[in-house]
Parts: sequence; structure tokens; C-alpha cells
Amino acid sequence: MPKVLGMRCRECGEEYPMNPIHVCELCFGPLEVLLDWELLEGKLTREKIEKGPKSMWRYWDLLPVEGPPTVGRNVGFTPLVKAERLGREFGLKNVYVKNDAVNHPTLSFKDRVVALALTKAREFGYETVACASTGNLANSVAAHAAEGGFHSYIFIPDNLEQGKVIGTLVYGANVLAVSGNYDEVNRLCAEAGDKYGWGFVNINLRPYYGDGSKTFGYEIAEQLGWKAPDHIVTPCAGGSLISKTYKGLNELNRLGLLENGGTEGIPTKMYAAQAKGCSPITTAIKEKYEIFRPQKPNTIAKSIAIGNPADGHIAIETVRKSGGWAEDVTDEEVVEGIRLLGRTEGIFTETAGGVTTAVFKKLAEQGHFGENETVVISITGNGLKTIEAVAGKLGSTVHIQPNLASLAEALQTEKLLATV
Amino acid sequence: MAVSVLIPTPMRKQTNEQDTVEVNPGTIATMVKELAAQYPGIEKRLVDDQGELRRFINFYVNEEDIRFLEGKETPLNDGDTVSIVPAIAGGC
Repeated sequence: MPKVLGMRCRECGEEYPMNPIHVCELCFGPLEVLLDWELLEGKLTREKIEKGPKSMWRYWDLLPVEGPPTVGRNVGFTPLVKAERLGREFGLKNVYVKNDAVNHPTLSFKDRVVALALTKAREFGYETVACASTGNLANSVAAHAAEGGFHSYIFIPDNLEQGKVIGTLVYGANVLAVSGNYDEVNRLCAEAGDKYGWGFVNINLRPYYGDGSKTFGYEIAEQLGWKAPDHIVTPCAGGSLISKTYKGLNELNRLGLLENGGTEGIPTKMYAAQAKGCSPITTAIKEKYEIFRPQKPNTIAKSIAIGNPADGHIAIETVRKSGGWAEDVTDEEVVEGIRLLGRTEGIFTETAGGVTTAVFKKLAEQGHFGENETVVISITGNGLKTIEAVAGKLGSTVHIQPNLASLAEALQTEKLLATV
Repeated sequence: MAVSVLIPTPMRKQTNEQDTVEVNPGTIATMVKELAAQYPGIEKRLVDDQGELRRFINFYVNEEDIRFLEGKETPLNDGDTVSIVPAIAGGC
């Protein structure tokens, strides 16, 4: 029996059948998948989920596909790391890192959304897939297209980090580097969209793509022993992940699967993190604007440099409804954030993760988190992809000769002692 | 010469499947009025009940977002191109 009823516009409520369309024909609002809750309630249990595969597909019942996954079968179920040393720096006892920097296969949370979008693309009969990307999505679409035998066209801004370009080309994708920022790439893709009959992951497959992010929230709760955390700090670009994480937690609550849920809702407060050089969402929240104002991005955090966030309104609404807050950080703080997570937890994240970690620090210092409350930091991407951002800022190697005298001499230097 | 307006796919039912239509020079506001007169049903898609441009639609004049120009009062001259583009998801 189909578990998906169709799609509904988030803005005006108009309903549509399951098709490759992404915006409401009446008001252009984003469409959301409608699950058949009557079919799910009381039937989906913790035990059933726990018996599932160690991947995002253990939540298959809550995802908008009809058949089994056809690409990305091993995506998700990434570690939720208890960050003791990081927490201790701020007097917090229950800090966790949800580490999608080690997601399979392309080391970012995007593997979740792409596994779902391309499984759906196959169900719709597409042979060619495409996307507009700030880098991580490019890597993931190219990799999953290769796995599934799709043709792929990847549109990126022409100033992306080498690691992200090479990490796309290696999969044999057609990569189009557009002169301009991501918002301009997006506009071009929207205009090109239907002309070529491609499955555009973040355009005509967007409602399915978006729902892949719900698994980030499901996993956090399951890994905390079926509990929604008190706080989640999440980076915002287009603004989708923060609202889908929250939606995922609320769905588990609706199914009665949470220890700390109930009719009152979940206790989780959501916090948006952005770079100061591209902060339309955090600015709107902090300044209490009703609607965000688009910006021209200028930050080293390129993977989240979206000045005109499609889901910005929903991200702002999610933060407000949950009782959370928002902060933004300078590029210097981003690098500090990357180093902080590296030196306390041994996790190397990309610039977006530097933003998130630095915002976590700022929020902790502002007193948003109680000593024993559970705080989850959403780490969405891997540092090896953006080494340019930190090259030359992490100190340098110490050159020695292959003998003990040289080593002893080096160990005497202040520089080495200081790093112990 | 006139102003070209690129119509996105979800709105082409209103323009008899035309992907580009033409309007007279003026502003974004006069463009909306002119489109409304030519193509019944299109106005409701472009503006809300208060007459404000819908928040999920982006308008560009010669590739520049009108929110960086003069919004609804952004002037349209002969030969200009207006793109109407729904918001698109990306990043995280």
C-alpha cells in the first residue's frame, strides 16, 4: 500500500499528486511530501527501525519512495560522538557532534538527500540527473549518478575549492563551471530546468531531496536513546536542513517513539548558524525582521554562501517556533571553529562545520545551554575538501634531521612545548 | 522594442505555454498590471491578497535581483529582460 498521499504547498495548502514538480502552481511556495499517517501511526515501532539496515534506509517507512533504494544503500547512520573535551571548555556535560563529515560515500550530509532524490529519479524514469551546487551536492550527485548509471550534469560557481571540483570530475560527470555566485547558478538552472527533461535534484526533485534531511533528525534521536535533544545547532545555506531535522524529530514524536515527547511537542530548540559574510537568515532572526533580505555572499564558507535562501522563511519560522536563536561568525572565527573541533575532538570539518562550531561557542558563551542539557552540533561536511580555507593558518611543521640529537634540539624549542 | 519577460514553467498555463512574453516599458509594478490584463489568472500568482509580490518568487531585471534594485518600483526600459524565477533549494 502506498505510504505517500501526495504533496502539499507549505504556503497556501494546495495539494498535488506525486510528480516531479517542486513549487506550487498557485503561489510558488515549496511543496512538501504528505505521508499517510493513518497507515504509519501505531505500526512503525522502534524495534522495526532498529532491525533495519545500519543506514538512513532504516527509516524507509518515513521516506517518499515506493520501492527499495536503488542508489546510496549505505548512506547515513553516521556517528553521534559525545564531545567531552569540547563540552568541558564551556562547562557543558552533554555536548554531541553528529558527524556527517564521514558520511558514505562523499563525506557530507548531501549523500542523504541525493540517495533519496536519485532513488526517486529512477522511479520517475529519469536517465539524466543534474544539480546546481556549492560543492558538496555536486560531489554527491556525481558519485551516486555513477553508481546508478545515470548521465549527470553538474552546475557549480566557477570559484569553488579544488577539492570539490576534483571530487566531482572523478566520477565522470559533466561539470559546468558558471561565472557567478551560487544564486546566479541557481537562476540559470531554474531557467534551463525543464528545457532538457533532466531530473534536477534541487529543482524538480526538491521535495524528495529535502526529505532526505529528515534522516539527520531521526538518527540524532535514535542515537540518543530515542530522545530529542534540548538544543541543535545547524548551519544554514538554503535553510532546508534545520527545518527538516526539526520535522524529523516531530514525526518521531507523532509516532510516539520518543522518550521525552508527548502532546506538548518536543523540547528541542533549533539554532541557525551562518557566516557573517552571508547571513540573511541569522540577521532576520536577530533583528526580528518578518522576512529576510537577500545578500551578496562574501565568505570563505562557500558551501553555505547562499544569499537568497529558498527555504529561508521556513528556517526562520523553525527557529522561532522552537524557541531557539541564531548567530553568525567572521571568517577568522570560522577558521578558529575548525581548529577548535579538530583539537578537542579529532574531527576535521569543512568551513560550514567551522561556522557551526564557532556559533556553538558563541551561543555557549551567551549562556543558551544549561550545564546538563543535551546539545547537538550538526557537522555536515569534511575538512579535507576545503583545505585552502585553513592552509597556512594552522602553524607549520618542524623540520628535523633523522637523528636523536636533532629531535632533542627540536623538542627544546618553545614552539613544540607549546603544542603539547 | 519592448521589455521581454521570461515565464517559468509553473506559470505557462496562464500564458498559453509561451515561455517569453512582452510588455511595455515602465516598472515591475506596471509589468504585473499589464500581465494581469493580458493573461487572466496570472496576477494571483505574482502578488498576494495585500498586493505584495509573493515571497517565494524572485524577480530579476537583466540578471539582477530587484531586491538589490528598487523592488516593485525598479524601472523597466526598452530591451530589458525580466526573469521570474521560483526560489531554489541548495546548500544546507
